[in-house]
Amino acid sequence: MTMDAPPRVMSGASGRPLTLREHEVTFGTATVGAALVGELEASGLMGRGGAGFATSKKVELLRHQRGHHKVVVVNAMEGEPVGHKDRTLLSANPHLVLDGAQCVANLIGARRVAVCVSRKDSAIVNHVQRALHERERRGTGPEFILDTPPWRYVAGEESALVHWLNDNETMPQYRPQRPNVLHVGRSPALVVNAETCAHVGLINRFGALWFRELGTPSSPGSTLVSVTGAVHRPTVLEVALGTPLRSILRAAGADPDPLALLTGGYGGAWLSGEHLDVAYCNEDLRSLGATVGAGILVVVPKGACGLAETHRVVQWMANESSRQCGPCAFGLPALAEDLRTLLHDARDPHGVLVRLKERCDVIQGRGACRHPDGVVRLVDSALRVFAGHIDEHVNGFPCAALTTTRRWVTVPALEHESDLVWE
Amino acid sequence: MNRKPDHFVLRVDPILCDGFGHCHELAPELVQVDEWGYPIIHEELTSMTELTLLKSARLAVRGCPRQALRIERTNGPA
Repeated sequence: MTMDAPPRVMSGASGRPLTLREHEVTFGTATVGAALVGELEASGLMGRGGAGFATSKKVELLRHQRGHHKVVVVNAMEGEPVGHKDRTLLSANPHLVLDGAQCVANLIGARRVAVCVSRKDSAIVNHVQRALHERERRGTGPEFILDTPPWRYVAGEESALVHWLNDNETMPQYRPQRPNVLHVGRSPALVVNAETCAHVGLINRFGALWFRELGTPSSPGSTLVSVTGAVHRPTVLEVALGTPLRSILRAAGADPDPLALLTGGYGGAWLSGEHLDVAYCNEDLRSLGATVGAGILVVVPKGACGLAETHRVVQWMANESSRQCGPCAFGLPALAEDLRTLLHDARDPHGVLVRLKERCDVIQGRGACRHPDGVVRLVDSALRVFAGHIDEHVNGFPCAALTTTRRWVTVPALEHESDLVWE
Repeated sequence: MNRKPDHFVLRVDPILCDGFGHCHELAPELVQVDEWGYPIIHEELTSMTELTLLKSARLAVRGCPRQALRIERTNGPA
């Protein structure tokens, strides 16, 4: 961990995944066993996948479902192009994640655990495979299955993962009631993020009090953050929740005086560079419109054009839409087009700005999943954080950043619609 | 606690919906359409006693070629 506290989920990280024996030496084998339900609730662990939903509530919901064939789905898809936390975790401590998954499976009474890693990360797939083989030789615990869906942004959404396990399609499903219980076949399924699993594994060993030693009362524990953008080199850090952003940036070797930070991921929100003293936890970030999300920070330095960065992200996100719902399939490209007009086109920028805001309101909340909502949140926050700069664009002042080719928020190459894999 | 549902909500399944726009024709007071022709439904609780609204909601549900609309009956705000 960066500051004084020792690392937790990343302890023992040595550049290669720990074997089962090394893992047991590092973390010990003592467990709290049946008391884990209470401990999990007392720990206040929030899911680390992006939504930040209380894990104990999710587990409670599944515990009270009937059926003997429940499934735990470990979500290590890592849909965010700039996120590396699940990958880093699985290439350091795969057994900790599997331990956590096993605990959750015991809690809800599941006999199967499906570990989902995107097939793009062949190294990670190998690590997990090897770890699963080691466990198989022990011959205890639930049945583990490794599944490798194709990588898409929305493929990591929980209903999309379950859809993949059912029908080999990585598209989100419509769920009018939330929270609702997803089903693999006819068995209730619980989808847990890989990092959350690792925390559960630790709570199972050391208890809730230990877990709460780090972090704030409402978001306890530590979390993994992927810091990219204007940094010496992209890193994944384990920090206590509630650490000031400034010290996270310092520890990552980032630009100490940035223009803005992209928080949460591509469906996250911009945070102005003036707010570096805010604590990195949801309750503080949300008051500024930002979010911890999937543990992503992209540092954008002064002199960059926030509008151009937002445009590229929105364009890519629009292309990643699974095109199931009209508001997302047509709305997101329209948002991207509006942003492009604001950037490059001199015709009626005021009208375009007004239309962009209207379109944001129209699209909000009308998809089956939260993909369009995330993009709207990003655009909203860009309009707020870069308001001054956008005014300059609208009033026709030249933007120096447009002449450079330096990009800070990296996006993968746009694929043509017909090349997108949606098996 | 077991009250009879006295409110309803009109909901659309956005995945099924293909933007035919029939619901807007049949229940203009409940459904607006956006610029791409997809329905905007403010999913607010409406009392069952508003018979004209309930009737047009039913019309919209029956008129949807994709069967994407549904009326959900719920207990109103306590």
